[in-house]
Amino acid sequence: MNDQPPVFQIRDLDFYYGPSLALNQINMDIQKSKVTALIGPSGCGKSTFLRCLNRMNDTIPGTRVVGEILLEGKDIYAADVDLPHLRQRVGMVYQKPNPFPQSIYDNVAFGPRVVGIANKRTELEQIIEQSLRQASLWDEVKDDLNDNALGLSLGQQQRLCIARLLAVRPDVILMDEPASALDPIATLHIEELIAQLKELYTIVIVTHNMQQAGRVSDYTGLFWLGELVEFSPTNRMFTRPENQISEDYITGRMG
Amino acid sequence: MTSSLRLTFDREFEEARQNLYQLADMVGAAIDQSLKALVDRDLKLAEEIIGNDEEINKLRFKIEEACLALIATQQPAASDLREIFAIIHLVVEMERMGDYAAGIAKTTIMMKEEPLLKTFKKIPRMGEISREMLADSIQAFKQHNADWAREIAARDNEIDDLYQSIFHKLIKIMAKEPEMITRCTYLMWCAHNLERIADRVTNIAEQIIFMTTGDMRELQG
Repeated sequence: MNDQPPVFQIRDLDFYYGPSLALNQINMDIQKSKVTALIGPSGCGKSTFLRCLNRMNDTIPGTRVVGEILLEGKDIYAADVDLPHLRQRVGMVYQKPNPFPQSIYDNVAFGPRVVGIANKRTELEQIIEQSLRQASLWDEVKDDLNDNALGLSLGQQQRLCIARLLAVRPDVILMDEPASALDPIATLHIEELIAQLKELYTIVIVTHNMQQAGRVSDYTGLFWLGELVEFSPTNRMFTRPENQISEDYITGRMG
Repeated sequence: MTSSLRLTFDREFEEARQNLYQLADMVGAAIDQSLKALVDRDLKLAEEIIGNDEEINKLRFKIEEACLALIATQQPAASDLREIFAIIHLVVEMERMGDYAAGIAKTTIMMKEEPLLKTFKKIPRMGEISREMLADSIQAFKQHNADWAREIAARDNEIDDLYQSIFHKLIKIMAKEPEMITRCTYLMWCAHNLERIADRVTNIAEQIIFMTTGDMRELQG
């Protein structure tokens, strides 16, 4: 499937909300510089799985993880893992854009300032421009960097959130339904952005929109009742799925 | 409006088109070579044509798979959908044309050292016209030119006339000289293959018209 070693190796992963088993024996390799889409009906576990990848579920009381998630060979649930560093390397974009009620500039500068990536103003400005360019937003906002980010359209706000994330130099970008709040044109902007970003970053995207998974991803995983029923190259998943559940879900006969 | 927001789709679509053009080149070369092998009784070249047919088959399936994936994952619509639909048809037609060229090569091998017949002259002419029809049809496809496609299909009449002429001549020879029956039958197979190649170009023309206008109908040729 890929010559490079996987970025993430997920081995026998179980996840519990209290006593309730939400993910059951998940095994998956996530390939570098590829887009992996996770699809499935509501409540199937795909967002829970996504949040396992940067330990965002740790913030929910009573949750428990069994099994291994290796990020470039190192277990992210090991005791010595530095959580802020993990979330810097594995950033997340959410369903609804959540810019800070600050200037566009400060939104993007926030991460580098906290992490201490840029020591000089010129370095910071370089990072801001580069991040906004990578997020395909620079041309639209370069003259208005001091304007409040909340004045941007929803689609622009979402790209700003992506720029904010890129500014801390992640390896992996997790996207939880990043276009579900956007109109069709803004959605296409995000999808093309994903296609461009995968040259530099590994992307994992959860989407309710099956067609979107088809358009943007290289690999697709179908979750069903907490299990990963099929994981395969997207072209194969959408033309000759091996599992009957996948076939029924993709053809709209179930879900 | 250009589809600047569908760059991934545009790129994969263009790749399918380029592969289609490559397939057309390969099939065109196979037709040319099959005629050369027949005229020169070049058995080595005939063997090559038969061997190369496998490459044509492989490329056909590769393009079909790519088109299938485009439909399944990229949800093409309107003119994009019609063009992909046309490409799927075109590659099948071209692959069959490749089979006909390989058929001529196989017949050439069967004829081995048999002497040529006078009637034979019209067969290369059929090949030339079929070959031109194929080359023109690819240009018409590239230009989305339905009128040109209709003109190309109309040339099938020239092929049919040549075929009829060859057919009747060969029948006459066979009736007069029974020892020529085997040779004449081989030549009739070759002429028939060329006639079928031109029919396939007519089918391609139908697809170009559908792709361009949305009008799906059979051309009489």
